[in-house]
Amino acid sequence: MPHSPAPLTRPVPSRRSFLIGASLASAAAALAACSGSSSERSSNTLKVAYQKTSAFTQLEDLLTKAKGEFEAANSEVTIELVPIEAEQDQYFTKLALMNGSDSTAPDVIYEDSFQVRSDAAAGYLMPIDEYVEAWEDWDQFVDSAKEAGLGDDGKLYGVSMGTDTRGIYFNKQIFAQAGLPEDWQPTTWDEILDAARTIKNKVPDVIPLNIFVAKAGGEMTSMQGFEMLLSGTDSELLYNADTQKWVTGSQGFVDSLAFMDTVYAEELGPGLDVALDATIGNRVSTELLPEGKLAIAIDGSWMPGGWISGDNPWPEWEETMGLAMMPTQNGQGEGFTSMSGGWTLAVGSKCANPDAAFQFISIALNYENTLKYDTENAQVAVRTDVAESEEYLSYNPSFEFFSGLVQYTHFRPTTPDYSQISGNIQIACESVVTGDATPEQAAATYDSGLIAIVGEDGTEAAS
Amino acid sequence: MSVPTATVTTAVRTSASSSRRHSPGRVLQRTAPLIPAVVLLGMFLLGPILYSLYGSLTDRAMSGYKAAAPQFVGLDNYVALLSDPAFLKSILLTAVFVFASAIVGQNVLGMALAVLMRHCARPLASLVGGIVVVAWALPEIVAAFACYAFFASEGTLNSMLAFIGLTGPKWLLTFPMLSVILANVWRGTAFSMMQYNAALAQVPPEVKESAAIDGASAAQSFFRITLPIIRRSIATNLMLTTLQTLGVFTLIWVMTGGGPGTSSSTLPVLAYQEAFKFSQVGYGTAIATVTLLVGAVFSVVYMKLLKPEVD
Repeated sequence: MPHSPAPLTRPVPSRRSFLIGASLASAAAALAACSGSSSERSSNTLKVAYQKTSAFTQLEDLLTKAKGEFEAANSEVTIELVPIEAEQDQYFTKLALMNGSDSTAPDVIYEDSFQVRSDAAAGYLMPIDEYVEAWEDWDQFVDSAKEAGLGDDGKLYGVSMGTDTRGIYFNKQIFAQAGLPEDWQPTTWDEILDAARTIKNKVPDVIPLNIFVAKAGGEMTSMQGFEMLLSGTDSELLYNADTQKWVTGSQGFVDSLAFMDTVYAEELGPGLDVALDATIGNRVSTELLPEGKLAIAIDGSWMPGGWISGDNPWPEWEETMGLAMMPTQNGQGEGFTSMSGGWTLAVGSKCANPDAAFQFISIALNYENTLKYDTENAQVAVRTDVAESEEYLSYNPSFEFFSGLVQYTHFRPTTPDYSQISGNIQIACESVVTGDATPEQAAATYDSGLIAIVGEDGTEAAS
Repeated sequence: MSVPTATVTTAVRTSASSSRRHSPGRVLQRTAPLIPAVVLLGMFLLGPILYSLYGSLTDRAMSGYKAAAPQFVGLDNYVALLSDPAFLKSILLTAVFVFASAIVGQNVLGMALAVLMRHCARPLASLVGGIVVVAWALPEIVAAFACYAFFASEGTLNSMLAFIGLTGPKWLLTFPMLSVILANVWRGTAFSMMQYNAALAQVPPEVKESAAIDGASAAQSFFRITLPIIRRSIATNLMLTTLQTLGVFTLIWVMTGGGPGTSSSTLPVLAYQEAFKFSQVGYGTAIATVTLLVGAVFSVVYMKLLKPEVD
């Protein structure tokens, strides 16, 4: 309004200062609102963050039981259970965002062993060495379980709840229809593909084989999918622990992707609409296998836990499902392979009452509760007293099989970068099965992504 | 929270110094009522933008050492972006998505509906308008699930096709971009329709009558009289729908997750994936900043092309 008349009144100082004052006051109020909630953390409430899905409620049962026992012993501290209802991949994201702020950071965290190093390096976790030293049960844990909780700095950050192995599940009824043996045990990758091809021909209305390939599947794709293959090749490794360098240009990497390519190119796997969906993991265990729509699944040892005691029990699984070891590519090496991970309970670094937090963990993972969790969630026990107990051994007939895989098992690289690099593996897998890239191209993209993350110095060419 | 505080003092200082340059007090008196709005904009709009700009210059990650102590890496993220095929593809996909669903789809369809509704029987117009507006009234997540259910392999669309004996493709896999574009057109057309309906009502009938007397056809009258008169509404609407579409995330995320592969990863989806799935928060922020710039460029182009402020 350039031509409007000049105001008749002179500026009134009080009004001006009022307006400035008002705006400053409103800004101050807004600032206070932003920062107010993070001022202090209560030492009388422990927030326990954990994952929960429709197929995974055993952990909630365990923590609820432990909450009752803890609160009965400590009248002044209450446990607040904070379930994060998300698939595994989104669980990590939500957890990292919670850890990012003082006001939301949990006190006790259900933490995947492969995230321990990364989250410890990020300053999200608190070392608990002094607490386990004073904990009489600590001697019961096997060494590999103690190492699973170590950070890059050699301090302990998590107490292992159990471990797992991976193998092949197959539906014996579908195998019978296809004329395949009930005691099937492939010794090379080709034998897996051959069985899948036979099923495709003889029993055309079922999905012959599932191996996880999607970005949306997250760590499931890296571990149950890709690394189960890679660990059975001559290259075997993503990371050379001796030289502390990541491996580029590996033939095994290309071969593993080529296996996935074959499965999806020959339509031996589920349709991509199913395979690329974030719910694929859940669907395999609660729908595709129990409903007899899937013949072969490369998956984790915990699956029978959901069939025995989950929301959708499937008591017939024992008669229906056969178990086979995952062979190496051409039967080389020891002939079979497996991957192991496992989860821990950790104390958040912002915790105001670590004594109580560790006490809660020690209750949640005492003999009785570990036994409950390891049986119901089909974990490979890492407490020797649990692993040797009659009650554990007789609970689930698959325990013996999956415990037997420990001798063939591999672990993921234990570096803080792994979780980020794992994302690049998932990109490679998905790009191959969708036809965006050949296995060679996808492996080259992975290599350049790897160098971007760890730097040229952090890599070495495969021998 | 040092940034907003700094903004407050700068805002006050700027207004104080400008009042000295012009006639004292007068400018301040006029700007004073704006100060709360400026402060709030600074805090909740400029602040986050500056912070995101700063974040895009670091290698911040969700976890690991780079989460505890992010390093300042200068323009590294932007340099990496330019050589990242996924990013270049994403720019192209975003352009296609915005052009097809907002500029063509929502605007043309919205205009067509608005024009047709002015020429048809009232009950029919209300009925059609009501149906179209439902898509707009639905919360985005609900609309996204509805579209997912519609386009899914065993969804409504393929069931309807099966009913007449056709086997539909797996829409979300085979035609992911087409699916999300149609979904966004469905969802956003109501907004354009309402805008244009209001704008058309403002066109003085006597201008069109005199054109008709001079022998102008309906098409001529529409393109040479109506459109120029409602030019400002078109500019505003183009700008709003473009910016809205540029930021569409939920719809694409729910329907395709940006996939298969990266074949429907527009800029917001890519930014989310890089930051929250692959943990590269700095890199993701750089993508978000580029998205912001793209939006700014679109706005400037519309303002220049259609000159909404001149009548």
